[in-house]
Amino acid sequence: MPGKLKVKIVAGRHLPVMDRASDLTDAFVEVKFGNTTFKTDVYPKSLNPQWNSEWFKFEVDDEDLQDEPLQITVLDHDTYSANDAIGKVYIDIDPLLYSEAATVISGWFPIYDTIHGIRGEINVVVKVDLFNDLNRFRQSSCGVKFFCTTSIPKCYRAVVIHGFVEELVVNEDPEYQWIDRIRTPRASNEARQRLISLMSGELQRKIGLKVLEMRGNAVVGYLQCFDLEGESGLVVRAIGTACTLDKISNTAFLPACNSPSKEMKEIPFNEDPNPNTHSSGPSTPLKNQTYSFSPSKSYSRQSSSSDTDLSLTPKTGMGSGSAGKEGGPFKALLRQQTQTALEQREFPFFTLTAFPPGFLVHVGGVVSARSVKLLDRIHNPDEPETRDAWWAEIRQEIKSHAKALGCHAVVGYSESTSICEEVCILSASGTAAVLNPRFLQDGTMEGCLEQRLSWQPGFFSIGSEKGEVDFFPQNQDSSSLLGTEETSPLGCGFCHIPYDELNMPFPAHLTYCYNCRKQKVPDVLFTTIDLPTEAMVIGKGCLIQARLCRLKKKAQAEANATSISNLLPFMEYEVHTQLMNKLKLKGMNALFGLRIQITVGENMLMGLASATGVYLTALPTPGGIQIAGKTPNDGTYEQHISHMQKKINDTIAKNKELYDINPPEIPEEIIGSPFPEPRQRSRLLRSQSESSDEVMELDLSHGKKDAFVLEIDDTDAMEDVHSLLTDVPPPPGFYSCNTEIMPGINNWTSDIQMFTSVRVSRLSNINLTNQTLNKNFNDLCENLLKSLYFKLRSMIPCCLCHVNFTVALPEDEVIQVTVTAVAITFDKNQALQTSQVPAAEKTLQRASTDNEEQLQFPLELCSDPLVSQPFSPAKEVLENASSHTGIPAAQRAASLDKASPLAEGHLRHRSIPSCTNSSVSVVKMTPLSFIPRAKITKYLGIINMFFIRETTSLREEGGVSGFLHAFIAEVFAMVRAHVAALGGNAVVSYIMKQCVFMENPNKNQAQCLINVSGDAVIVVRESELEMVPVQPSAPVSQPTSAGGDVTT
Amino acid sequence: MTNDLDIFVGNTTLIDEDVYRLWLDGFSVSDAVTLRLRSGILEQTGATVDVLQSDTMDHYRTFHMLERLLHTPSKLIHQLHFQIPPSRQAMLIERYYAFDESFVREVLGKKLSKGTKKDLDDISTKTNITLKSCRRQFDNFKRVFKVVEEMRGSLVENIQQHFLLSDRLARYYAAIVFFANSRFETGKKKLQFLTFEDFAYCAEQMIENWTLGAVDSNVDDMDVDLDKEFLQELKELKVLIADKDLLDVHKSLVCTSLRGKISVYNEMEANFKNLSRALVNIASKLTHNKDVRDFFIDLVEKFIEPCKSDKWTLNDVRLFLTQYMTSAHTVDAFRHQALWDRYMNTIKSCLLKMYHD
Repeated sequence: MPGKLKVKIVAGRHLPVMDRASDLTDAFVEVKFGNTTFKTDVYPKSLNPQWNSEWFKFEVDDEDLQDEPLQITVLDHDTYSANDAIGKVYIDIDPLLYSEAATVISGWFPIYDTIHGIRGEINVVVKVDLFNDLNRFRQSSCGVKFFCTTSIPKCYRAVVIHGFVEELVVNEDPEYQWIDRIRTPRASNEARQRLISLMSGELQRKIGLKVLEMRGNAVVGYLQCFDLEGESGLVVRAIGTACTLDKISNTAFLPACNSPSKEMKEIPFNEDPNPNTHSSGPSTPLKNQTYSFSPSKSYSRQSSSSDTDLSLTPKTGMGSGSAGKEGGPFKALLRQQTQTALEQREFPFFTLTAFPPGFLVHVGGVVSARSVKLLDRIHNPDEPETRDAWWAEIRQEIKSHAKALGCHAVVGYSESTSICEEVCILSASGTAAVLNPRFLQDGTMEGCLEQRLSWQPGFFSIGSEKGEVDFFPQNQDSSSLLGTEETSPLGCGFCHIPYDELNMPFPAHLTYCYNCRKQKVPDVLFTTIDLPTEAMVIGKGCLIQARLCRLKKKAQAEANATSISNLLPFMEYEVHTQLMNKLKLKGMNALFGLRIQITVGENMLMGLASATGVYLTALPTPGGIQIAGKTPNDGTYEQHISHMQKKINDTIAKNKELYDINPPEIPEEIIGSPFPEPRQRSRLLRSQSESSDEVMELDLSHGKKDAFVLEIDDTDAMEDVHSLLTDVPPPPGFYSCNTEIMPGINNWTSDIQMFTSVRVSRLSNINLTNQTLNKNFNDLCENLLKSLYFKLRSMIPCCLCHVNFTVALPEDEVIQVTVTAVAITFDKNQALQTSQVPAAEKTLQRASTDNEEQLQFPLELCSDPLVSQPFSPAKEVLENASSHTGIPAAQRAASLDKASPLAEGHLRHRSIPSCTNSSVSVVKMTPLSFIPRAKITKYLGIINMFFIRETTSLREEGGVSGFLHAFIAEVFAMVRAHVAALGGNAVVSYIMKQCVFMENPNKNQAQCLINVSGDAVIVVRESELEMVPVQPSAPVSQPTSAGGDVTT
Repeated sequence: MTNDLDIFVGNTTLIDEDVYRLWLDGFSVSDAVTLRLRSGILEQTGATVDVLQSDTMDHYRTFHMLERLLHTPSKLIHQLHFQIPPSRQAMLIERYYAFDESFVREVLGKKLSKGTKKDLDDISTKTNITLKSCRRQFDNFKRVFKVVEEMRGSLVENIQQHFLLSDRLARYYAAIVFFANSRFETGKKKLQFLTFEDFAYCAEQMIENWTLGAVDSNVDDMDVDLDKEFLQELKELKVLIADKDLLDVHKSLVCTSLRGKISVYNEMEANFKNLSRALVNIASKLTHNKDVRDFFIDLVEKFIEPCKSDKWTLNDVRLFLTQYMTSAHTVDAFRHQALWDRYMNTIKSCLLKMYHD
């Protein structure tokens, strides 16, 4: 009996009228955990009931504490008939189970009904008393912290990064279980919500156990998804990176976490005292081609790809061709260590996308694998072997691809599925990389022990003595100790190829690194990770998307799976070509945060790739794009071609200007040309699938830089070129990226706006061909972006960060695109290096002058402490405010007679409207791992919520748009309420993982499922930090006493 | 290709003030788009009509969802559904409860009933305000009226507290509620020269001096109804005109003090008895609801029009009324000094406010 859960129901407000006769409600509350239920008294005839209940106590196993959600149901008492449900609140009590997170959950929660949406609010206080349990066979994993953030959380230090953890659980989907097929919407929705909540809890607990086994104490980059497989069941799966984290005790001196980009310099050179010492690694950069594409041709049970094992033989210990050069022996050594460190792991994968300095040694390129499967009923939910085996297969393939690139590890790893009827595409992708072994080692590994000891002084002890000035003190000594040939102060180490240049896994064009001039680099680099902080970039980055549709025949079962399998390689190839073309058109040479989504529908496949293009100084300047026609001697045609060519060249020039890409000219001699045949590259990409027959085009490469040749040999290619040129750049003042960091911008203001935008487009009356589809899809995405720019125009100058597109094909000829991103205003006028103080002042001024124009909360900066500091001593004031507005604070309820709150309000005279002191605290949300100009002082726990909303009066609720608009707003509201109840004021790493929308206009019905997650945190604004240097965690526990406090 | 569904939801609810105004003014989405196009927004932003259409729809949807909350502004402040900064909440409320001068002049003093609501069509045609906007304004009046009608305490404060309006707007609403409750006639042709502001000022004066709440600040007081006892007592003032001696004394006192100071002395002297009778008669008749309703008409017909026809200046009126009021105190036989002040202070303020073209 290791835990006691205590729940108190304080009050309700804004309840719906349940009794038409009296226009009032007789509300009571059921509190359920596991199989135990408590009830409050009925509070008669009020829309603002004050239950002020006793503490309901549940004595439960900690296993249940982890799995079960707390269910609170608000009902209307009816003497003569069944009680009517008003709505429910599910509270995940997981954050109360580890000591460093929240201590109490207390606040107003929206009461949610799957049919009616939010119906009033309820004030609840939840506490947990945990007893120590030393049972080593325990099934619970209380105490393991979970983070959605895909980097080491800001107030922690990574002691060891253990590696990949994964788990999945399956169950029957209640939606498909109703035997009589008479569906009762509310019951089935609630059953599903509860089931997914339970499964998430179980999954998290199981992953926690694995982490404990690995001797870790946290999961970072936790990504949980569910697959609605329809009749074959429901799969909830999760991946993450197990770590051992140390809390950094004295957080006050930490560099503000606001913008990692701050640490980035456009051209750092010597001004930076301590930047990028790592990259101690040898010379092993990556290859542009990056792409080991191998959609597994298998479907159903057939074992997966054949190409896997070929490259399994590690190129590792081989010392590689460059061994003869400077770093040779070291490289081998390093490899061996890493190898050992990683070998014990089945999958050396990391879901992180940003790393402690020095962790990432080299990046090999993107690896991805897909597999098409036929779904069948899961017969035994307790042994989800099939699903496990499918994923194991895919992961194995990824691993082998990474090996082929000379890498031992995969970083920025993620998995996804796309399901249509009984066909399912499983996808996994990541970035092959070579990692510094010191972060991976456990003391147990002999081979590493020595190494570890040797650098321990340089690392651990410094770390603890200095009070952690940084997550990882720069350990120059370690790199020199390790005998690294160069500490690469130029931050180019990660670009160097990890594979053997004489034995390249694919044809590639290598040059000497433009920074250090010592190691080889590829001409283009694709990755799924964030831009490393040490990376040197010229100019700004930009969002680059490749969009693609392919028609497929409707088919059943195996035939369907086969045709999808056959289409996949072509799609991947074309997506890649598009990305490459667009990258060149932008004058850039590297992609970060690459995410390729392939979505399957009844009669088509969609591919959408998003990434952030940048210009890395270490890589060669990209050549232009050359157009080649196939039919010479045709005057008009030639003219057309040259016209197009001119347009392309103009666009490249314009883009270079737009993104400030003006690399210094480097004389050819200095760089040298390591390869005698530099032009060979120009046809590389095409050569993958076509046999490059015509050599003549190579002559078109102009000047010293090899060009990328586009061949216009048919209308298809024509379309390609056109579509290249139709991508409109964002309007002036706007930038966009899909990564955490936008290179070239680092003077963020605190003005942020997170948003979700959804569009569903019907392809009716369209002659369905690949071209028209492509065009429509392209227009859909472009228009969506244009719309965003327009809506957010008042935030200019502004950058859309972490732009995340998801495509779904809910039915025939219907495309759904969902975008979530955060817009952050930056200060254009401010010089890059100026200190933060003037910056804050500046914002302040602006905020006070034109706050009418502001989208965000400019007042936070200057006035209104009530809003921005929910836990400030202003509580009294707040209470007053609440009573004035007719909503008495809960504590006073007992002492007051039961006069209606309205009447009570009247007794108090006041002359100032209370609009100015709102009692609802602000909760910021962002998909990024930080809040600009603020510092995260505490992580309160993971938020992982699943909601279903359904309507049978679609038209009355404003049609599909009105329905979904209200629902998404409700989801945001519920996330904010939970965070506020935990004592937090922001959600970072927020993600909407699923938004499944179905409609049946004929029946006036619609249904939507949404799954969101993120990390609840407390942030303190920089300006406050300066005034109050130490912001201890004490205030956080205050809400305990503030049962009915309106701050929540 | 058509977009079935097209939404944008911000964590902080995005509010475009221009679109909000168009929505409040009752324009349909397509009219709003046309109007926005005319404002040249496309040229400024480089957007397309589609984008504008989608943006407008989106805002309209948001406003539609917010409207329910705007009906009870304290809900808007405490709700969790939409995260809106306090300054924006205040703006939303203030604008929602704002009204058009031309509309309020049509409705002021009318019973806020279904019957009046049916006339909104005509009002809409007459004022060129969309029917939708008329309905919103009418419903606002009615809603405020319903909430504060039976409430004790200061009318303005009650309104402010329940609807979180600015001081100015709360005062206006107090006037509207007060007028609607006593059903003052304001729509007659003769009253057309008066603005809503004039009436609002008069209402404020009457609320401050003539209602139950004006006497003392007892919590049982009601600001909405005129003090019945006071109205009864006003009959006592009749002695000022009924008693010929008193009337003469009063006249001579006023004339003496105004001689040489007022530009229309002769006209004033000639008209004194008429004017005095008019003012005292208005007072004595206020016990009848019908005469209460005609209060403003009486003021205009019996006092303002005669003065205007004699070309009194505003200053003349001020001097006259001041003297007229103070002189009564020195009329020995007149014993209702307090009553007289309570009546005349308000009448004087009202008349001065109303005395314009």
